[in-house]
Amino acid sequence: MGTTASQLGKDLLSEYQELTFLTKQEILLAHKRFTELLSKEEKDLPNTRVSMERILSLPELKSNPFRERICHVFSTSAHQDGSLTFEDFLDLLSAFSDSATLEIKSHYAFRIFDFDDDGTLDCGDLEKLVNCLTGETDDTRLGPEEMRQLINNILEESDIDKDGTVNLSEFQHVISRSPDFVR
Amino acid sequence: MARNVNFALDYPLMETGLESPVDEDGVHDLFNQLIAEQSQNGKLSEAYELQQLQRDLEEEEEEEDRDRVTYLSGPRQDLRERRRQREADQQDDNATDSLMSERWSSATMKILSSMPSRTIGRSRGAIISQYYNRTMQLRRHRQSRPSIKDLSRSARPSIRGYGMETDSADTDAAEVTKTQYLVNNLQNLSLSDRIRMLRAMPLSVAAKSELRSLALKKVKRPHPGSQIPCCSRLKYYIIIAFRQSWYSWLSFLHSLQLWQVALKRVSGRFGTGVLSYFLFLKTLLFFNVFLFVVTGAFLVLPQAVHPPALSDERRPFSGLELLTGAGYFSDTVMYYGYYSNYTLRQHCTDDGDGQKLSVSNGTSVECVLRHLSYNMPLAYFFTIGFAFFITCIILVYSMSKSFGQSFRIDKSHSILAMKVFCSWDFKVIKKTSVKLMSENICTQLKELLAEVNHKHVMITSCQKLLKVMVYSLAWAICIAGTTACALSIYFFSQYMHQNLQERSQSPLKAQNPLLNEASLLALPMLVSVINLLLPGLFNLAAWMEDYQSPSVCTYVAIGRNLMLKVSILGVLCYHWLGRVAADFNGIMCWESFVGQELYRFLLIDFIFTLLDTLLGELLWRLFSQKVLKRRRKPVFDIARNVLDLIYGQTLAWLGVLFTPLLPAVQILKLLLLFYIKKSSVMMNCQSPRKPYRVSQMTTIFITLLCFPSFIGASVCVTYTMWSITPSSSCGPFRGLKTMFQAGKLWVQELEKDNPKLSILARAHAYLVENPFFLFVGAGIFLIVIYFHSQVVDGQRKIISLLQEQIENEGDDKKFLITRLQSIHEQKRTPARRLTSQDSSC
Repeated sequence: MGTTASQLGKDLLSEYQELTFLTKQEILLAHKRFTELLSKEEKDLPNTRVSMERILSLPELKSNPFRERICHVFSTSAHQDGSLTFEDFLDLLSAFSDSATLEIKSHYAFRIFDFDDDGTLDCGDLEKLVNCLTGETDDTRLGPEEMRQLINNILEESDIDKDGTVNLSEFQHVISRSPDFVR
Repeated sequence: MARNVNFALDYPLMETGLESPVDEDGVHDLFNQLIAEQSQNGKLSEAYELQQLQRDLEEEEEEEDRDRVTYLSGPRQDLRERRRQREADQQDDNATDSLMSERWSSATMKILSSMPSRTIGRSRGAIISQYYNRTMQLRRHRQSRPSIKDLSRSARPSIRGYGMETDSADTDAAEVTKTQYLVNNLQNLSLSDRIRMLRAMPLSVAAKSELRSLALKKVKRPHPGSQIPCCSRLKYYIIIAFRQSWYSWLSFLHSLQLWQVALKRVSGRFGTGVLSYFLFLKTLLFFNVFLFVVTGAFLVLPQAVHPPALSDERRPFSGLELLTGAGYFSDTVMYYGYYSNYTLRQHCTDDGDGQKLSVSNGTSVECVLRHLSYNMPLAYFFTIGFAFFITCIILVYSMSKSFGQSFRIDKSHSILAMKVFCSWDFKVIKKTSVKLMSENICTQLKELLAEVNHKHVMITSCQKLLKVMVYSLAWAICIAGTTACALSIYFFSQYMHQNLQERSQSPLKAQNPLLNEASLLALPMLVSVINLLLPGLFNLAAWMEDYQSPSVCTYVAIGRNLMLKVSILGVLCYHWLGRVAADFNGIMCWESFVGQELYRFLLIDFIFTLLDTLLGELLWRLFSQKVLKRRRKPVFDIARNVLDLIYGQTLAWLGVLFTPLLPAVQILKLLLLFYIKKSSVMMNCQSPRKPYRVSQMTTIFITLLCFPSFIGASVCVTYTMWSITPSSSCGPFRGLKTMFQAGKLWVQELEKDNPKLSILARAHAYLVENPFFLFVGAGIFLIVIYFHSQVVDGQRKIISLLQEQIENEGDDKKFLITRLQSIHEQKRTPARRLTSQDSSC
């Protein structure tokens, strides 16, 4: 289901309202922004997929270091290329909206941070995560010794069953204890 | 496989003959089902994200002899090599050290990667099972006992109460899948529960809409022999209509949200820290709007419609009134003195010139046409009391909610993990801000690492002594500065007071009225100057002290600023309620005078904030960029600005009793302040470099708004109402001993008029005036607090026990995996030995 025709149907709108955390105005605004990304021919096709490059041209995502992971996580395409339909786009906005539950946010945050998609955050994932956080340039990155220490500390603090990785439940446990997980 | 047979509940799954028993939390259920699926059909599980991994593993399995190491797809190779080098020396001992060591066979890897702890968030089937269990639990909670006549006779009595065996009659046992069970459960939930469950599922919108359409499609057949009575159908329609209107009302409210675009721009550039200042401003605005509506509707409007007879001539309007609030404004509805002390009545006779009022106290005039009467003193008393009471409730509620969000039982561990996982602020979208945030995070991580790993930096006792001396010196400076300012305000106010007294006693003609009015502005200006300059002194002291931890630095700064403001307000309250009220009684309307003073204070505070924004932020930025050639703009000091807001709000609360229109002034001030601060922040500032823990700070600010600010204001107002004699020449309480007496008199009158209400009077006398009930109430609160603290202690103990248990389970898991691996290897090595023997012969 789903359409990218120029107007959203009323029952479709109410369905989206029920299934996501967005309000009616937000859904309409999202629809407007999404259709701006489409070319003229694509506007009439239902269920168009927009490629990752075009999604990444949105100003909200352009400077975000996690932009590619975000596209991959929310994409339902069979080719795993990060392209999004309108419904995937709504999923994205819903997960980042203010009224989303903590569980949804932590679930998607975990998937975004899981760079190799294996269901846990192991040392490689954590290293990539810290590098994304600290930025692109070399003078803001941590040195290899500091990185190793940091990862050891993180695993010591959050890996409860001591298997060397942080799985979803452990991640959610850490998140639930931090009041600043606002996003 | 061991079976956990639950006799308590009759799960329909057990009847359909699935091998695995369904457990309450569904984790073991997933494991068994996943293994069963894999072994039954041998194809990939529904975890399509793991398909790539699985395919690689199966390819590896075909190339048999490489059991030692699994080379997975490309990008991970170099990482594994690095890790192998690190663990080269550890390979011999502790095979159980980490489950990510590469010595597992591909079969083991396959099982590892499809373990429930790794797939619980990933595979669709796992999520659906998890939500099936949750909906089941929710149904059990919501289920009310169905009446016996609705059930078939053959149902066993013990399970009649649950009503869920009626499901099996409807569903076709042969084709049931997890999805259908979930859909079934969703149907049986109420609409709001269903919507909530659907929203909370971490599936894609397409999958959720499928579930929803399935849930809506199947119509639940009504039980045989039971009709839906027409009144419940009507109730159903009413509920639907109500829900539709509620949704549209919510959307409408959301569209009305004040300043949404502006707040988004601020948060996009500066993050959640600076945003919290503006949100706090918005909260204060709503408090003031509420106050204004209440006082406006109950006090200002009735009095404005029935103006009292004016005794003096009105002073002409000159522009100075806007600043001083005196002059023309002093005889308007703005101040306490204007309000009448009698019951307002509508005119009963039809003479054309408006309101003829009966001036006597409380004697009723029989009105033929209208009986509308409005007891002004009582209204004044109860309106103020009611407004304060409701504000108190709202404040305490928001404070406890905010506190509940930011307080955690187990705060000591996992600072680093929390920082890494939670510190990225996704609201920020501007590129330079993103870069700045990355730099901040990097610095914070480095600092935290240093703090965590090198906990004890040895400092000599000489250095310690030096540190202590520096701290005490800084504190001494701050306290001395605060005391000096408080004393200066005290003496200056005394001087102004004497001046005023002399002037009121000397003849009118010898004075310059404008100069007199202007001199009233001197005290507010002094206070505002102190408020502006002294925080600078505190900053200097903090720079001298050089705190290690930035949060301690923030708390110390807040504490010092708070101390300053509390002492200033204390001195001022003493001046107004102690000196002015006592000395001016009978000479003039002291309440109006105090109201005017508060108006002046509020206004001058606003003007100085404006000046500070212009000078402090704009000029400083120009100066630092052009002259000092610094790259960075000045930092927006959130804590100081929020404390300024709290100070202004305290003044407004103090003044409501004396100036019922003061909330309107405060509303205007806050509106203007928002736009000015927003433009200034966008142009001139950058976000704070130090880490800012938003929710903790917000809790602190709401607490400060409640405790020193609101409680102080209400204590002052209560003291005024309870003990101070109102002035005898003006205001609604003239002639009474205290303002509180108005209430007492009313109760006595009620009793006189209607003897049956004497119970009310007696209850009032016992409850309000008897301190015994206060003690009982306080005792009950203390007991409740004690119980809650015991509960929290117990929960802490349970948490540590559970953590131990999870660690043990992790050890079990590692043990089982290594055993599995060794058995697998044993099975393969005889085969290999045979083939190698064959080839060698």
